[in-house]
Amino acid sequence: MEVRVQNIRKEFSRFPALNDVSLDIRSGELIALLGPSGSGKTTLLRLIAGLESPTEGTVYFGNEDASRKTVQERNIGFVFQHYALFRHMTVLDNVSFGLTIRPANRRPSKADIRKRALELLDLVQLTGLEKRYPAQLSGGQRQRVALARAMAVEPNVLLLDEPFGALDAQVRKELRRWLREIHDRTGHTTVFVTHDQDEALELADRVVVMSKGKIEQIGTPDEIYDTPNSPFVFGFIGQSNILPVRVENGQLWLDDRSIGVSAPGEADGPAQLYFRPHDVELLDGGGCIAGIVVQTRRVAGTRHVELDVGGANTTVEIELPPEKATSDRSRLAFRPTRWKLFRD
Amino acid sequence: MAHDGTASPTGTGNTELVRVATSEHRLARYGLIATALTFVGLFLVLPLAAVFTEAMRNGPGEFLTVLSDPETFAAIKLTLLVAGIAVPLNLAFGIAAAWAIAKFEFKGKAFLTTLIDLPFSVSPVISGLVFVLLFGSHSLLGPWLQSHGIQILFAVPGIVLATVFVTFPFVARELIPLMQEQGTSDEEAALSLGASGWQTFWHVTLPNIKWGLLYGVLLCNARAMGEFGAVSVVSGHIRGLTNTMPLQVEILYNEYNFVAAFAVATLLALLALVTLVLKSLLEMKYSAQIAASRRH
Repeated sequence: MEVRVQNIRKEFSRFPALNDVSLDIRSGELIALLGPSGSGKTTLLRLIAGLESPTEGTVYFGNEDASRKTVQERNIGFVFQHYALFRHMTVLDNVSFGLTIRPANRRPSKADIRKRALELLDLVQLTGLEKRYPAQLSGGQRQRVALARAMAVEPNVLLLDEPFGALDAQVRKELRRWLREIHDRTGHTTVFVTHDQDEALELADRVVVMSKGKIEQIGTPDEIYDTPNSPFVFGFIGQSNILPVRVENGQLWLDDRSIGVSAPGEADGPAQLYFRPHDVELLDGGGCIAGIVVQTRRVAGTRHVELDVGGANTTVEIELPPEKATSDRSRLAFRPTRWKLFRD
Repeated sequence: MAHDGTASPTGTGNTELVRVATSEHRLARYGLIATALTFVGLFLVLPLAAVFTEAMRNGPGEFLTVLSDPETFAAIKLTLLVAGIAVPLNLAFGIAAAWAIAKFEFKGKAFLTTLIDLPFSVSPVISGLVFVLLFGSHSLLGPWLQSHGIQILFAVPGIVLATVFVTFPFVARELIPLMQEQGTSDEEAALSLGASGWQTFWHVTLPNIKWGLLYGVLLCNARAMGEFGAVSVVSGHIRGLTNTMPLQVEILYNEYNFVAAFAVATLLALLALVTLVLKSLLEMKYSAQIAASRRH
């Protein structure tokens, strides 16, 4: 089901947690809400769920206004950060809970509930563990029980709060791939909250980058990474370099050197040049950024070179192929191939 | 009523071997143990044993005769009745208060928490006097109550009120920290799965707090049955009508009817022993559960 969030504002005792946030989630989409802590991403998720109510604004489920509906009426599946499994119930009872508490006229038969719960446990690869209690499971297993429990009620939308936050790195990666598979197989509209950019970029169809209660950018992982539309997104997603430059007649200048980058149509004046460490080409001379190598590090398949450029003691980091050996204190000239200008 | 159910005892069979370097001299150890045992014996075991032997002085036959005395029997019945009303009331109140304090944010929360502790901090005699001031013949309410033929002081309602007041905090104090630690996400999970408020309470909240709740009820009951001061002020000591067991013990003792006094005291002492045993059992179970909830 598609979910639309319109001009939502949320205040916690006069402190705005969300400020005029609008977001369209398409049916069947896997969306990541990405941002640092305090950016309002979890608040937005809880507002969609109905666990919080907005100070202003509307949430639509399909064409229906869901803002005044209670969390029960919205029929959502919510996976909590620490899973919130019912510790006194077995895995099977946890997964069946949403169905067994339904009023008699909407409740499937006992046999059907059991069948459905076992199917879901099979889907999340926990067959055979239905009689265990949550305390007897590993973190990753609990996470999967929580997901099965949320899916048991056939929710309109599946909401996950930091689904991999409490797991160790190895399990995180496995579960990430696995969640994508589950999503592709079941087709639930899914929204998950994360502060981990790798997680968001790898997993989501679209990423919503948030900061200080506002949405900074919405886009596919490619769009977010390749064309960040604000200094915040550029800085928050991936590695980036920032250089203070000057625009003159459509040309970029660093201190008193032209760096060989033209920005036609840009007004004259100071600006900040943003570029990724790997979006550079090495040059022998001409218009370029020249720097002195401060440090080099070999990281996996690339060589990271830290350069001291310009008089303001500005350092940038660029990534080069490992066979490109450089020694400290040597000079290196390069030009960014993909970049963006931002003004204060 | 401070209890540290979570501080697990660390003594195991092997610690002695490991700790040789730090352990005291054998004489010092035995000396300390002997001192502790002597104190426990003198101040705890001996008095308790004295109660039982005094009660049985003239044999078990007399013991039973004394207990079946109509006035004593009435006192036992009254005590059970009062506890039977006060404990469920404070059970309901305790859950409601703990629920409100642990799961919601509202103004005056700290004040409410302090207020719940009030009965612990005032002398029971004052707790009784409060009701005399409220309902006595010279009070504001007194004449109105009298004209409507409602008897509160020197009757069962007064005793119940005083007992409820004194045992007010037991259940709530037990549940508040427990529920605060458990947080609200279990309840939110239940709600998100479509459960109503009542279903959430019944299927999720109550199972999570059941051991703490039982523990609180047990302590509440022990106090409700054993309360002397507050009840003494409001009861009026009418024989066979408004005397609870502790009051009956006092009366019998003042009449030099030692066997009868000690026989009733025996029942109260037994209640204390049963409470202690149950409390220890619960603590074992309860601390394991708390540990499980931490792991969770």
